[in-house]
Amino acid sequence: MLYRECGQYKTSYEADQAVFPILQDRIGIATILVVAFIILPLTASNFVISSVLIPLLVFSLAAIGLNILTGYTGLISLGTGGFMGVGAYACYKLTTAWPDVNVVVLIVSSGVFSAAIGVLFGLPSLRIKGFYLAVATLAAQFFLSWCFIRIAWLYNNNVSGAIEVPTRSMFGVAITGPTADPVTRYLVTLVIVVAMTWVASNLIHGRIGRMWMAVRDMDIAAELIGIELYQTKLLAFAVSSFYCGVAGALMVFLWLGAAEADSFNIDQSFLVLFMVIIGGLGSLIGSFLGAAFIWGLPIMLRAAPAFFGLSIHAATVEHLQFMIVGALIIFFLIVEPHGLARLWQIGKQKLRVWPFPY
Amino acid sequence: MEILYKILIDPFVQMVAAPDLLAQVVWEGLVGGVLYALIALGFVLIFKASGVFNFAQGIMVVFAAMTLVGVYEILRGFGVYPTDLAAYLALALTFCVMLVLAVAVERLVLRPLVNQPDIILFMATFGLTYFLIGFGELLFGGNPKVMIAEQLHLPRGAIELKILGGFVSLQKVDIAAAVVASIMVIMLAVFFQSTRIGRALRAVADSHKAALSVGISLEQIWVIVWFAAGVVAVITGIMWGARSQVEFSLQVIALKALPVLILGGFTSIPGAVVGGVVIGVGEKLGEFYWGPLIGSGIESWLAYVIALLFLLFRPQGLFGEKIIERV
Repeated sequence: MLYRECGQYKTSYEADQAVFPILQDRIGIATILVVAFIILPLTASNFVISSVLIPLLVFSLAAIGLNILTGYTGLISLGTGGFMGVGAYACYKLTTAWPDVNVVVLIVSSGVFSAAIGVLFGLPSLRIKGFYLAVATLAAQFFLSWCFIRIAWLYNNNVSGAIEVPTRSMFGVAITGPTADPVTRYLVTLVIVVAMTWVASNLIHGRIGRMWMAVRDMDIAAELIGIELYQTKLLAFAVSSFYCGVAGALMVFLWLGAAEADSFNIDQSFLVLFMVIIGGLGSLIGSFLGAAFIWGLPIMLRAAPAFFGLSIHAATVEHLQFMIVGALIIFFLIVEPHGLARLWQIGKQKLRVWPFPY
Repeated sequence: MEILYKILIDPFVQMVAAPDLLAQVVWEGLVGGVLYALIALGFVLIFKASGVFNFAQGIMVVFAAMTLVGVYEILRGFGVYPTDLAAYLALALTFCVMLVLAVAVERLVLRPLVNQPDIILFMATFGLTYFLIGFGELLFGGNPKVMIAEQLHLPRGAIELKILGGFVSLQKVDIAAAVVASIMVIMLAVFFQSTRIGRALRAVADSHKAALSVGISLEQIWVIVWFAAGVVAVITGIMWGARSQVEFSLQVIALKALPVLILGGFTSIPGAVVGGVVIGVGEKLGEFYWGPLIGSGIESWLAYVIALLFLLFRPQGLFGEKIIERV
């Protein structure tokens, strides 16, 4: 009843093939953008912006990157943390070498370095498939983690081995560094994430996305109909690592303000993989939902005892959090193996026929 | 030229110049390899029988070791004396705990996820890992514990061999680990090949639906195989814990088992052992002789690079089954 498309006629092919053909969808997207750009910065507290919204956007971007590789092309990757790290360290080197260049340009350019490293570690993907490819990407992850510690040039031979973000500004307002306002950082992150999501959406709905999905579904058949397997897989690695690299640069420059080699270890890879699986493989909205779930859940769990007036020892809360996250992952996989995105799709379908059951 | 000499010739010169050191490094590699093989064995068992890559094997090892030490302390607290009676009683009780865990996992995780694609089951074991980490830390606390090696009559001390012009020192507990691992591998291989339950396990690994249609009870089989993996986890935990402390960070060792499984094949028990030994020796030799050229600490990724090189030439591993794809 709410979601009917009766009366919405399309009079051109472009209108029919639009990504959001239904008016209600367009209104929904517009509302979300208005809330994100205008209402949240005005109403949310600095804590919520710095510790909930910005990390959510950063992890959504990383999840989109991993989704392109694992969800759309079917190449399991456990190297996400390493690729994020490459982007972060590349951006750090770029901005310390050219302090006058706009930092947003540098953040986006650092993705190129990450894409190059991604292609390098994606080279085995023609011979190796499926779960074995995950081992190749694990090699990438451990090797890159080792590089972040060993290659002192990456952190400018800093004694502590950690990198600290210098203050950079745009239009006179400080964007990165200790003086940057959380709202400013949030808005910059939001603009970058929205723009890159739009690009990803266009890629996925177009010819390249269909090539990736063909490779995922049955790569031998895809090769038979003329899709160049090697180029497609390497392109998937490149684009995915680009997104992860930019996400890593955003993480260091606009969220944490500092990083050390351990910030991009295997746990980060697993975290993003969880987000992609829980959110739904092969779905852009799933990346956002998965990131919100995996990031927001521990925060809610930590706040829950205080909310209910119970006082539990902090270490116990930590242990309980692990238990509940683990149990919820299993529960979600049992209830809906295709993730939150599928639940959202089912919800939309129900809304279309409401109040009828089918 | 200088670089070529350094990479290709100099390490071998060093090896020949001090053969007792080479023997020591190879022995250390063998020991490490045996321990990797023990973990890989747990993975192979579960993969062979249910097609699930059990990421939780690492935490099961730690959980088993922690349970053993915890139960032993409780029994001593009740005044059970002498110590080896308490130790073996604790061991028996730990086996019971692993049986309960196997039943719980089968009922709550595996049964609802029958016939789902492999990645979903893999992710479910991830969830299981997180759950067991939290549960274990809640029950036993986060502090590292000392394995009850003495009370279990594991030998201590070392044997010094005067060979090859120098000293090679072999820890007795390592020899015991190698012997125990060999016995387990032989028993498991016999179990899979010759017993009725072993055949049923292999049938379930081939196809759940077909096994059901022949009358094999999937639930029983899964409980048996997870219990077997649990037993392997207990033994592994004892051996690992005897060499160093028992602590929760040990569970990342599970990731080291992946290159072993790649080399040996995911479904082969002797493959796990051979793969473990190759990776262990290769890692130690690489770290010792080639490591200083690049920078130390290459142990963290050398195993994966070795496995990767292997994969390029033989994607199914040394002993694995060839993957046949049909369009």
